[in-house]
Amino acid sequence: MRHLLSIADLDRDEIERIMELADSFAEVGRRDIKKVPTLRGRTVVSLFYESSTRTSSSFELAVKRLSADLVSVKAAGSSVDKGESLRDTIATLSAYEPEAIVIRSPHAGAAQLVAQWTDAAVVNAGDGKHEHPSQALLDVYTLRERLGALDGKQVWIVGDVLHSRVARSTAQAFTKMGAAVTLCGPPPLIPRAAAEALGCAVTYDLSGLGEADVVYALRMQRERMAESFVPSLREYVANYQINERRLGARQLLMHPGPVNRGVELSDDVIEHPNSLITQQVRNGLFVRMAILYELLAGGERPRGAREQGAAEAAVSQPIGEPA
Amino acid sequence: MNEKVVLDRDDVRRTLVRIAHEIVENNRDAQALAIVGIHTRGAVLANRLHALVAELAGTEIPLGDLDISFYRDDLGERPTAPVVHASHLDFDPDDRTVVLVDDVLFTGRTVRAAIDALFDYGRPARVQLAVLADRGHRELPIRPDYVGKNLPTARGERVFVRLEEIDGVDEVAIADAAEPVLTGGGKAPR
Amino acid sequence: MRRIASLDWRASGSAPEPVIVRGARVLDPRAGIDAPHDIVVREGEIAELAAPGSAELEGAEVIEAEGLVAVPAFFDPHVHLRVPGREDKEDIETGTRAAAAGGYCGIIAMANTNPPVDTPGAIDSLRERARLDASVPVGFVATVTRGMRGEELTDMTELAAAGAVGFSDDGLPIRSARVMRRALQYQAIAGLQIALHEEDPELSGSGVMHEGEVSAAVGMAGIPSVSETVMILRDAALAGYEQARIHVQHLSAAESVEAVARAKEAGVRITCEATPHHLTLTDEAVRSLDARFKMNPPLRTEADRQALIEGLRSGVIDCIATDHAPHTRQEKEVPFEQAAMGVTGLETAFAVLYTDLVLPGVLPLELIVERLGAGAAAFGFEPPALKPGSEANLTLLDLERTWEAGADGWESRSVNSFAAGRELTGRVLVTIAGGEVAYRQRSFAMGVAQ
Repeated sequence: MRHLLSIADLDRDEIERIMELADSFAEVGRRDIKKVPTLRGRTVVSLFYESSTRTSSSFELAVKRLSADLVSVKAAGSSVDKGESLRDTIATLSAYEPEAIVIRSPHAGAAQLVAQWTDAAVVNAGDGKHEHPSQALLDVYTLRERLGALDGKQVWIVGDVLHSRVARSTAQAFTKMGAAVTLCGPPPLIPRAAAEALGCAVTYDLSGLGEADVVYALRMQRERMAESFVPSLREYVANYQINERRLGARQLLMHPGPVNRGVELSDDVIEHPNSLITQQVRNGLFVRMAILYELLAGGERPRGAREQGAAEAAVSQPIGEPA
Repeated sequence: MNEKVVLDRDDVRRTLVRIAHEIVENNRDAQALAIVGIHTRGAVLANRLHALVAELAGTEIPLGDLDISFYRDDLGERPTAPVVHASHLDFDPDDRTVVLVDDVLFTGRTVRAAIDALFDYGRPARVQLAVLADRGHRELPIRPDYVGKNLPTARGERVFVRLEEIDGVDEVAIADAAEPVLTGGGKAPR
Repeated sequence: MRRIASLDWRASGSAPEPVIVRGARVLDPRAGIDAPHDIVVREGEIAELAAPGSAELEGAEVIEAEGLVAVPAFFDPHVHLRVPGREDKEDIETGTRAAAAGGYCGIIAMANTNPPVDTPGAIDSLRERARLDASVPVGFVATVTRGMRGEELTDMTELAAAGAVGFSDDGLPIRSARVMRRALQYQAIAGLQIALHEEDPELSGSGVMHEGEVSAAVGMAGIPSVSETVMILRDAALAGYEQARIHVQHLSAAESVEAVARAKEAGVRITCEATPHHLTLTDEAVRSLDARFKMNPPLRTEADRQALIEGLRSGVIDCIATDHAPHTRQEKEVPFEQAAMGVTGLETAFAVLYTDLVLPGVLPLELIVERLGAGAAAFGFEPPALKPGSEANLTLLDLERTWEAGADGWESRSVNSFAAGRELTGRVLVTIAGGEVAYRQRSFAMGVAQ
């Protein structure tokens, strides 16, 4: 894997490989010292054009746990806030010769463009309403941890699918791992032709929710009311909120966070034993460590850091494994 | 194939029994012992040694295994990220004598990485090293406490350790560098 | 109908040198000509079609054209020259050079400049500029509404008197039905064509691409087909009611072709155009998130593309226009949603259509040639023709030549071609406009044509 730009680019084997790596990092997370020297001497740039608490902190902690150096650039207060173009910003940051750039942008395709402009491995930490692949991978990891495998499982993704990069990435990832995904929400918030585009079933009411093994609720932003996507919050809650009455005893609950309490989820289900929301956050760290390791632990990087003699001096690989 | 078997099935078995005796002799307080293998064949050997040592000492001894991928110092030279196995160290190494087990000792870099990894789990009182074969060419000041067999080799030669659990046979063999690897693993420069 | 060369250009009023184009296959579908001839061009007209190798004329330049095809030159009723205001993207000199290189003998420039062309003074100064800089005749439309704000009409009769060739708020729709209706009423005395960019801004919203399966997959806001169709239905009804004539620009959706067809059947005086990019590409190209495929109206589905091809074949779509829309690199080398709308097209129009529609047998060469010139008629100009007595507007094509679009640079100042890097077949070698040689492809001019 050269970059992580979208789930659409990945096949099941590549996803599985990241899952297995994440298992190893989960084990590291149980040690006294939760940091490994793997990526010592490498530089990772984290470039966030949108505010984000959990994704940026999770990636940044992942970088630190792998012993790489971190340059963190947030849009507010930086030159990107002063109208510098993405291309110029990348050119500037490339002066640090980073091995990876983690980018969050409000615009679809931003990560892909950056990948054309830099030698670094690019990780898409969310581009507009397009994709959020690391979220999808941590969602797969979290479900796999709980269910073993996703094959044949029914997953319902409920809410504002239209504006959700999480829905787009996660639906594709779940489908690739063998689950059957149903998208559910108010008709104006389900993209036209979503069923064909994402290979999912589409429904506009929760009457069939009982068939779901997993209920994945999406964040419902209040701005949507003003744009008349839904008539009112009260009406949305009445039709689509996941609450204790609607969530069955055997059904698992997921949410990408941050939760609007009392809107897409009722208070009672958030702390429910079947809620995987905290596990999602915890696993996000391990999965992001796995992504960075997968992208950076091979190849020629870092440039020029090692002198001659290194090759023959190398520790041989674990015996029996292909190089 | 130009390959010479230097330890056969019986040799391997006898060697492990001898090492087990040495471990018990050197560590009067068997209660404080722990045995940790280095992935992949070191872990298999550790498993066997553990059974032998526990029997000789007449006590339960913790067993673990370590994958040292995250501690390697050669990632920059590798085309792809190495395959990673989960490590298993379900006991607290604090104040214990940990015997690291590997199949072949060569440059010493794997052992260095394993020691680093071990210390991320805790602070052992003592670390010892057991290897089935020592082929020389050290690049770090590392010396084994228990050696199955010293194998003087040329740098370019390859040493293969094959174990029943993985390769279907117990043996140690030396081959010319030019020979293709058909089975088992080898420790040789790339 | 007016002659094209009566528009403003560098050769306005000059007496062109005689030219003989020797031995080309002469193809003029409108006149039913398809045979080898020598074409004698004198005093800006096609003087004679003589037997191959027979024509003689004292002092004439002879262009050896055996193995080449001479067709009536093309006319583009929809070009953005970006003057005044954005000469960093294009100007009259570079834009008309691009047109000549694409085989065009005349173009019409849109008025959505900065500031928009909405006064007789602006028309005057553009015409003056064209007489200095333009390689081919260029007409300028004026806006329908002042400042393109969609509120008050421009002084349409005065603009017509100043020499505007039509009216258009292209780039924006005329949102208000009342304003649209007044413009159509006023056309009765201003007398010029009104060209319409049809789109309901309420339905298009913040859309950046076609609304459909691809937009659902990539998560970008869509512009639904119906946004275009409802405005065409409205304006066709208004034009019918006011007995006015309208020209619908850049049709993109199957339903829009249907709407125009029904209006034509009902007797509405309506013409329309389609672009090479809508005829050859679909929204699948946008999966790449490459801003080179961003334009308005957006690339739509294969069904829409097929409907456009059918419309072109049946004549519901009267002509092909490029909507040549130059933009700077900085405006295109950004994420798709932020990129400027529009692509350049003058220099590749024929080759793209020939490669993608004629060679695979989708449409005949004759039809493409006819539709590439027919835009003139929609604005009251004589379409280019090769029969004796016609204005000498001809393009010499090498249909065997393959070339990589953009590999030798562009005549246009901008590089946002949707075809850049493509291997195309069919190359314009010479363009003659109003009897003047307006363009010679470099290798052909050097006598090293393959």
